[in-house]
Amino acid sequence: MTTPKRYFGKPIKRVEDPRLIKGIATYVDDIKLAGMLHATVLRSPYAHAKVLGIKTDAAKALAGVAGVFTGADVNAKCGLLPCASPMPDQKAPKHTVLAGDRVYYAGHPVAIVVATNRYIAQDALDLIEVDYDALPVVSNPEKAIEADSPLTHPELGSNVSFTWSLANGNLEEAFQKADRVIKQRMVHQRLIPMAIEPRGCVAQFSQADGTLTLWTSTQIPHLVRTLLPGMVGVPENKMRIVAPEVGGGFGSKLNLYVEEALCSHLSMRLGVPIKWIESRRENAMATIHGRDQIGDYEVAFQKDGTVLAIKSRTIADVGAYLQLLTPAIPTLTGLMLTGCYKFKAMRMDVTGVYTHKMSTDAYRGAGRPEATFVIERVMDLIAADLGMDPVKVRLRNFPKRSEFPFDTATGLTYDSGNYQGALRKAQQVGGWDALVKQREQARQAGKLFGIGLSTYVEICALGPSKIMAAGGWEWGCVRIEMSAKVTVITGATPHGQGQETSFAQIVADELGVPMEDVVVLRGDTASAHYGRDTYGSRATALGGTALIMCVQKIVAKATKLAAHLLKSKPANIVFRDGKFFVKGKPKNSLGWRVLAQEAYVAKNLPRDFEPGLEASSFFEPKNCTFPFGTHIVAVEVDRDTGEVEVVKYVAVDDCGHQVNPLLIEGQVQGGIAHSLGQVLFERAVYDENGQLLTGEFMDYPLARAKDIPRYIMDSTITPSPSNPMGIKGCGEAGTIGATPAIANAVCDALSPLGIKHLDLPLLPEKIWRAISEAKVK
Amino acid sequence: MIPSAFEYLRPQTFDDAINLFAQHGENAKILAGGHSLIPTMKLRLAQPKVLIDLGRIADLNYIREQDGKIAVGAMATHHQIETSELLREKCPLLCEVAPQIGDVQVRNRGTIGGSLAHADPAADWPAAILALDAELEVAGPDGARVIQAKKFFVDLFQTALKPNELLREIRLPATSKAVAYVKFAQRASGFAIAGAAVVIRPESKAVGIGITGVAAKAYRATASEKKLEGQPLASENIAAAADKASNRVEALNDIHASADFRKHLARVNTKRALELAAARAER
Repeated sequence: MTTPKRYFGKPIKRVEDPRLIKGIATYVDDIKLAGMLHATVLRSPYAHAKVLGIKTDAAKALAGVAGVFTGADVNAKCGLLPCASPMPDQKAPKHTVLAGDRVYYAGHPVAIVVATNRYIAQDALDLIEVDYDALPVVSNPEKAIEADSPLTHPELGSNVSFTWSLANGNLEEAFQKADRVIKQRMVHQRLIPMAIEPRGCVAQFSQADGTLTLWTSTQIPHLVRTLLPGMVGVPENKMRIVAPEVGGGFGSKLNLYVEEALCSHLSMRLGVPIKWIESRRENAMATIHGRDQIGDYEVAFQKDGTVLAIKSRTIADVGAYLQLLTPAIPTLTGLMLTGCYKFKAMRMDVTGVYTHKMSTDAYRGAGRPEATFVIERVMDLIAADLGMDPVKVRLRNFPKRSEFPFDTATGLTYDSGNYQGALRKAQQVGGWDALVKQREQARQAGKLFGIGLSTYVEICALGPSKIMAAGGWEWGCVRIEMSAKVTVITGATPHGQGQETSFAQIVADELGVPMEDVVVLRGDTASAHYGRDTYGSRATALGGTALIMCVQKIVAKATKLAAHLLKSKPANIVFRDGKFFVKGKPKNSLGWRVLAQEAYVAKNLPRDFEPGLEASSFFEPKNCTFPFGTHIVAVEVDRDTGEVEVVKYVAVDDCGHQVNPLLIEGQVQGGIAHSLGQVLFERAVYDENGQLLTGEFMDYPLARAKDIPRYIMDSTITPSPSNPMGIKGCGEAGTIGATPAIANAVCDALSPLGIKHLDLPLLPEKIWRAISEAKVK
Repeated sequence: MIPSAFEYLRPQTFDDAINLFAQHGENAKILAGGHSLIPTMKLRLAQPKVLIDLGRIADLNYIREQDGKIAVGAMATHHQIETSELLREKCPLLCEVAPQIGDVQVRNRGTIGGSLAHADPAADWPAAILALDAELEVAGPDGARVIQAKKFFVDLFQTALKPNELLREIRLPATSKAVAYVKFAQRASGFAIAGAAVVIRPESKAVGIGITGVAAKAYRATASEKKLEGQPLASENIAAAADKASNRVEALNDIHASADFRKHLARVNTKRALELAAARAER
């Protein structure tokens, strides 16, 4: 990163956007194959019931119906849905593709209809008669672990799915010697990811050669290709998974779902391509949910604000089944629970609990927003307890810049950091002193005005293979075509993050070619042979580095060819700005056009030189990366209605070196929008019968354009030593950093009334009630 | 959307529409802007056999002055109302309500007549229609009749329309600029949790107050109106009147707002709308 680059670091507009904006991109539902049939899934209206019988005759008799299948028809022929992050003491029910003799959540797939079009399939669905016998429902995870609770899965004998603990340092001593101890319960409400494009897939089995192609709206085509063979009996080398354009994932498409296996299985069985497209209601009830932890937290600290220890007992509501990474999510909370602070003692005990609800799993931030929310709320609670400035409490507990790499109490090593720098910059660009004055004046005028901040750190670029279930590397391939155009293939599977742009920037710079000559392929296992896909803000740091490694190999190879053609030695060849020449003779240079042609025509090659100019690489990182930053928020609360207005939003993020600041700004903005939703209005509501009451956009609010404040955005740059480009990742930073900052601002606004803490979402009615109760006191 | 099968009819005149509706009876649903009907058909909660689309009936879509009143055709869209110069001049309350409905796409297709006939308890128009003392002309096979706004809303999704009648026109009095609509919206749907529409009639020293979202049907806040009758619109009078905006109202209670909160918001928004309208009266 020493010489200035032509593309690296420039805010270049996304090459993906024109096709998306024009509506000419290809999503799963745009795929239409000859002879393709349409599947629709019948879902349980009950959260828990015995299935006494299913009558499918009338549905099967409907003209245009090719088949109706129940659990009895497919479960023995289709493998169980896997969980890739098992816990040692885990008890798990068999996750069959369709329900057997019981249903365990409202939305549980009971039968699948295949018909010539979706209308007929849906009509047939209405003709299926299922005889249910309703059973007691487990909906509250705290009650679920009481001795007299009904059981989610009676055969498991308990509602406890798993337990997990992380402890380091001398907790007992810390709590004994602490001047002060604060206890606070915090509820991290259940959220529904609600990607704008619901899930969907098209499965096509070729009886000619036994290959299965699955187009699916997923973040993880490669992981699907690893996991699906075991379910449907097609070997990995006869399976092609394609993620075409994907309209949002946010973790909800970081999973293998029963519909993907069902459509694959039925395409094999019926010998025709089968399409299934999820409706919005299905997406709300049967695609994974996020968060849903309830924690009791205790923190020990000194009068000067020095934190000594934190401990937590957490209940994680996992829903009815363990999906791909369900148990791993609260472990990420544990690993990040100490935030960007130095204290050396912590303990987190997690109990994963089954309930009759949709599974929880990774949703943007995946366990880290919970951790950051806790530790950043705790910092404010400490400040309030001691009457200290929340900024000072944080500064007292930060490690110094010189202390990095910094070993945390949770066993991680933070790669690099400058927490003071980001905080200072946020205060500068946000006009902190003026904001404090504004608060004073507003309060004098009787207004509820609050300022909140969060100084977050997160874990990204997951990760070294030693901490991952099935490889934490990333793969890439770069090919100089015979025409000297460049084809880049990445095993990371960007689906909206913009790496078709940023990877072209990186490779174009390294090769010294125009960006327009570089095409980035992704999302198809037929071209991207291996990959570990996109999640945990990993694609640029890992996938980008794999590409750099490819380019280095190609340049080394091209250097040999250039030496041969220039009648010199490789050691004498200089490569600069896309040209190869003998040291001191830049006028007599060879460009990629000549070299590519010679490499493929292959009539004049050095001895033992393989034709072609292509290289592939796996990048295995030594550590994760740890982006950080400071968000500052000012809000005003309407005393009469409890509504929160964001008056000012300042985000200073440090994600290391930036390939394309425009992409980063977009990622952070999107993340903050998700946070606004989490803090102010989003929540999945199940009633005591396990019915989802927020299953449509009529009842589940997402942040819209008018909800978004004007952001003041800036950054600091602290390169990561974990990869050669010094990149950290930014896909989830907004969601992680913003949530506690906004919540802290609202709590600060309410603090003059004696209100210390409110759980999310901070709905107007909740705030109004808190204000009313405070007045009564 | 994957609804169940239906027959689609598109009459060219209002009389044809009435005849078709009479012919198909309860098998038929009337399609205006479709913003309430289509979602329920999508979920198959509504499975009409016949859809009668009023969209091509030219003489249902107008906003005009007529016999000293403003007449709005039932198929006028929210957007047309929002941007009507005539309404801005003569009946500005409608122009204040319209932009608070849904979003641009909804306003481009949704119609005032469709909304009123559907009688969603949280729709915005009923509050305005009540505050304005509007007249609604309806027609069926037996001819036309006029229903006063305060008689039109009967219960949750129920109006005074007979099963074979259609809403044809909304007739509004001209008002001064002393009007206001203040709404607390449900975050997801944009519908009102509590919306208060206020019309100040300086000539008669009276106010009209319509409240929507709070109860099973939109209502006139008559206790508040009475409190202000003949009184100057001083802030203490306004506060005292607004306090009665949800008296003896049986409020709705759901995940979006409790009955208590709805009643509270009815008082808050009535006060705010009265203050806003009063300020406009002074201007």
